[in-house]
Amino acid sequence: MSNLRDQSGPYFGEYGGRFVPESLIAALDELEQTYEDAKKDPAFIQQLAELNRDYVGRPSIITEVPKFAKLVGDVRIFLKREDLNHTGSHKINNVIGQALLAKRMGKTRIIAETGAGQHGVASATAAALFGLECVVYMGEVDTQRQALNVARMQLLGAKVIPVTTGSKTLKDAINEALRDWVTNVENTHYLLGTVAGPHPFPTMVRDFHSIIGKEAREQMIELIGSLPTVAAACVGGGSNAIGLFHAFLDDDVALWGFEAAGEGIETGKHAATLSEGRIGVLHGAKSYMLQDEDGQTVESHSISAGLDYPGVGPEHAWLKDLNRAEYFGVTDAEAMQALRDLAQTEGIIAAIETAHALAGVIKHGGKLPSGSSILINLSGRGDKDMETVGKYFGFLGGNNE
Amino acid sequence: MSKTADAIRAARANGESALIGYFPAGYPDVKASIDACVAICEAGVDVLELGVPYSDPVMDGLVIQEATELALANGFKLRELFGVIKEITSKVSTPVLVMSYWNPILQFGVEKFAMGLKESGAAGLITPDLIPDEAKDWLRLSEEFDLDRVFLATPSSSPERLEQAANSSRGFVYAVSTMGITGAREDLDKAARKVVSGVNESETGTPVCVGIGISTGEQVAEVNSYADGAIVGSALIKAYQQGGLDELVNCVRNLKAGSSK
Repeated sequence: MSNLRDQSGPYFGEYGGRFVPESLIAALDELEQTYEDAKKDPAFIQQLAELNRDYVGRPSIITEVPKFAKLVGDVRIFLKREDLNHTGSHKINNVIGQALLAKRMGKTRIIAETGAGQHGVASATAAALFGLECVVYMGEVDTQRQALNVARMQLLGAKVIPVTTGSKTLKDAINEALRDWVTNVENTHYLLGTVAGPHPFPTMVRDFHSIIGKEAREQMIELIGSLPTVAAACVGGGSNAIGLFHAFLDDDVALWGFEAAGEGIETGKHAATLSEGRIGVLHGAKSYMLQDEDGQTVESHSISAGLDYPGVGPEHAWLKDLNRAEYFGVTDAEAMQALRDLAQTEGIIAAIETAHALAGVIKHGGKLPSGSSILINLSGRGDKDMETVGKYFGFLGGNNE
Repeated sequence: MSKTADAIRAARANGESALIGYFPAGYPDVKASIDACVAICEAGVDVLELGVPYSDPVMDGLVIQEATELALANGFKLRELFGVIKEITSKVSTPVLVMSYWNPILQFGVEKFAMGLKESGAAGLITPDLIPDEAKDWLRLSEEFDLDRVFLATPSSSPERLEQAANSSRGFVYAVSTMGITGAREDLDKAARKVVSGVNESETGTPVCVGIGISTGEQVAEVNSYADGAIVGSALIKAYQQGGLDELVNCVRNLKAGSSK
């Protein structure tokens, strides 16, 4: 089982590919070529490294959380603090890389989809930094539950377009972004925010996020003299998870991905694509997805806008089939409890997306041998979620707990 | 032999504009969609493009999106498609090409779907989000079941990809006239002409029809001056919404006559 790390698309086993209209093929070819060239260009590599250091704030630190670990058992728990990156989540890693590629291709306009708003905010930030026009598509439902992030994007100079078709969430925002791209492909780069979509996106986005695992791997060796027993992350489209997992793919480290089980798998109101989905084609790639018997995409449900997506990146589908990574569901209620637990034991407020990984570790970490170490990707901070959190716990009235 | 290509060539031989009309199955419901499709055929389209409603139609503009969303909301199921085709082909001899995104076909089973097309009398399939590079199964099965297969060619396609579209398609090649849904008329023509001449350079003899953004008889006539046919979709749905079957029939006749209303 060596060299899983070298897999670079267009296919991961039977997954991936380019199931898109012919209108986009030239743009995908151009992007792939530009990326391949840039990867070998010392000037590009240096520029990206400098931006990561001086703008994003990398390397992100590792924080050990012993009081939170007591909730799990006799284990040590370490958080990779992507929440401390500029703009508040891991999303910026990919955005800076792709914005540089957009400039390299001579594109003057970037478009992006966003669910929780984190990727939209990161895209609007990069657009401001690099002087690009920026349009963000966001499901109407999400613009309401993430109103603060909409304001942030607008302040940064981006135009936010609420999407009113279909289920009015992330999947429909991606459809609208794809339609925009088909129309404006000449001057526009589609800055896709996760490891889904047609090749080269799953590979390229993974590569830009793989810095998370690369740093964490070295940091763990320095901190505890060995690799962690488990690396864990939440999974929506799967970008922060693959960013953490990739460096450990060929190591003896268990990989746990936690999907949104929403109101509970049995209710049908969830976004647990890998646990409950079937193989299909969505947004340009073959992977697992939530669908009915006719292949119509089924609406997903999660309290977390960033995990509310009925598809998942093809590399995760491949890792699941290989049994290299394990994927479990975590409910809204479990995630919210874990969010409060981390806040009150360690003084760290995680994003609701990220809280799914925290809850998953509380649920499954107890089965590990005494003295095990767990590395969790703390992919984002919870500031954006305070309205949802405040209402949920009754701090803002309307206790939904 | 290709039913679709024969119908297009026959129209051209009569000195007519070849017209391909789109309508979604199940819109607004199954029965009404059959009536609308039969009316479109009887009013004179040379090929019927029968759309399969899908939850994530990334190539479609708002008019078709809303129509197919309604079809799904009204309960359209994929297994009903073949009954719709049978009803249409029992009443008219116009070739019926199904237009479907790939995932519904993948879930149904590609072979079972091809068999269903054959048995119900469809001429073949247009695949807007399946490029020949990813179409190994469909290329094989369409040969096995003697079905037409239509791939897209676009203004951004390289000469090599235009040639691939021509070589892979059977029936006709679907030339996308513009990179967008809207766009200045002149640009539309210029881009479409380039795609058509690029495909024709492959010398496969496969007809090339132009679609997307065509809504008037004048445009149909103009497209027919350099291509083998014109494809019209949204304009038919709009006509149906405005005046039911009567307006739909008028619209087809005007498009076919190549004159603006």
